[in-house]
Amino acid sequence: MNPIFKHGPSPQHRLVLVLFCSALLIFFDHKMASFESLRGYLQSMVSPLQYLANTPKLALTWVSTNVTTRQQLTAENQQFRLNELEFHEQAMQLDIIKQENERLRSLLASPLRSELKKMVAEILSVDSDPYTHQIVINRGARDDVHEGQPVLDALGIVGQILHVGQTTSRVILITDISHAVPVRVKRNGLRLLASGSGQIDRLNHNFVSQSADIKIGDILVTSGLGGKYPEGYPVSTISFVSNNESREFSRVYSTPIAQIDRLRYLLLLSDKEPVSIFAPKAKPLTETQDKSLIKPQVQSQIKFKVTN
Amino acid sequence: MFAHNSVIILLTLLVAIMASIMPLPLSVDAFRPDWVLIVLVYWCMALPGRVNIITAWVMGFLLDVLLGSVLGVHAAAMAVSVFIVAENFQKIRNFSIWQQALIMGVLAALYHLVVFWLQRFLIDVSFLTSYLYPVITTIVLWPWVFYLLRKVRRHFSIK
Repeated sequence: MNPIFKHGPSPQHRLVLVLFCSALLIFFDHKMASFESLRGYLQSMVSPLQYLANTPKLALTWVSTNVTTRQQLTAENQQFRLNELEFHEQAMQLDIIKQENERLRSLLASPLRSELKKMVAEILSVDSDPYTHQIVINRGARDDVHEGQPVLDALGIVGQILHVGQTTSRVILITDISHAVPVRVKRNGLRLLASGSGQIDRLNHNFVSQSADIKIGDILVTSGLGGKYPEGYPVSTISFVSNNESREFSRVYSTPIAQIDRLRYLLLLSDKEPVSIFAPKAKPLTETQDKSLIKPQVQSQIKFKVTN
Repeated sequence: MFAHNSVIILLTLLVAIMASIMPLPLSVDAFRPDWVLIVLVYWCMALPGRVNIITAWVMGFLLDVLLGSVLGVHAAAMAVSVFIVAENFQKIRNFSIWQQALIMGVLAALYHLVVFWLQRFLIDVSFLTSYLYPVITTIVLWPWVFYLLRKVRRHFSIK
């Protein structure tokens, strides 16, 4: 047993020192946002812990995928076949509509929409911290993930990349209290802002005028404003509209369409196209990128250089 | 700190961190006990010369990085909670196990409230009673963790 009267600084001194460090960290991290690059390194440093913490879940899913009856498999297979038929038919239609749309757009001389690069990611961990809604995925800087990249699941928008580590990165969900998505009502094009409420099943819409045409069940899709999220992906459905005329604005809530509480596989979108001609210079091309998808960018870069 | 058998202390802390970031179903997640705090409080009570406020702060900082909160928030809360133990470890040692569990509950509540206050100060979060659910599970968990860690401490004769 160590002696009761210890040497070294007393607990009070230690506490003061430590709280001072915390205050400094909070100030520099929150108010000055000066740890953005350091966060990436920290994220890479702790990623082994996250992979390790994920192993029990992995083991369980391995068991559940391997221990299935033949009947279940055949039933599942049949379901998939039916789904594939349906999706195939939809894809055919989509192809025609896409072509038509492109022709119309070229007639109108508006810019063609480029194909987005997609990448599948898997969730490593969900934060147990109730104040922030963030998840960690198994893709990082090595897979060309970059900050601000939109993240989707099979149904709709999930969030965007917040910090990028070497092999993992952190996604902020649309329900986080510090996050907002510019959206529009699919039915009539009314523009709204969907800000997170801190609750997993609710988004708030502030400053909606009383006369706005919104009904329960309306689908909200991304409006593409702000340049973070591409246009037209579903975000949420309106779940509550107050009609209290005495208030200045009506209260509108919606529920996310993406299954935020049961995410597993995610889709990362990336458009490597510069947003506008005034956007900063594009990074030099790397070989990992798909050549066919970025051809327009190359051309526009060359043009830009020539005009320079 | 890195002397003989300190590795075991670090290992238990590592396991605690792992348990606190392990993915769980959403319904159970709200009740996730404060593993790191429990383990820190045990070691600080048993070996105050080994595990002190600085250790608590470092662990809290790690949690901050892992949970993606503003750096320093969990670290400060952890340090404050462990400070109380470091000041009163001789008293707390003499209490019965259930009294200790209640004190553990008070510490966990303090921890969560400090985190909440700091978050409230930084970003506009509103209080939900579900933020204090972990206190209940922490109280229930304390006796088991206490006996387990005591066994570990005696088996490896950590001093």
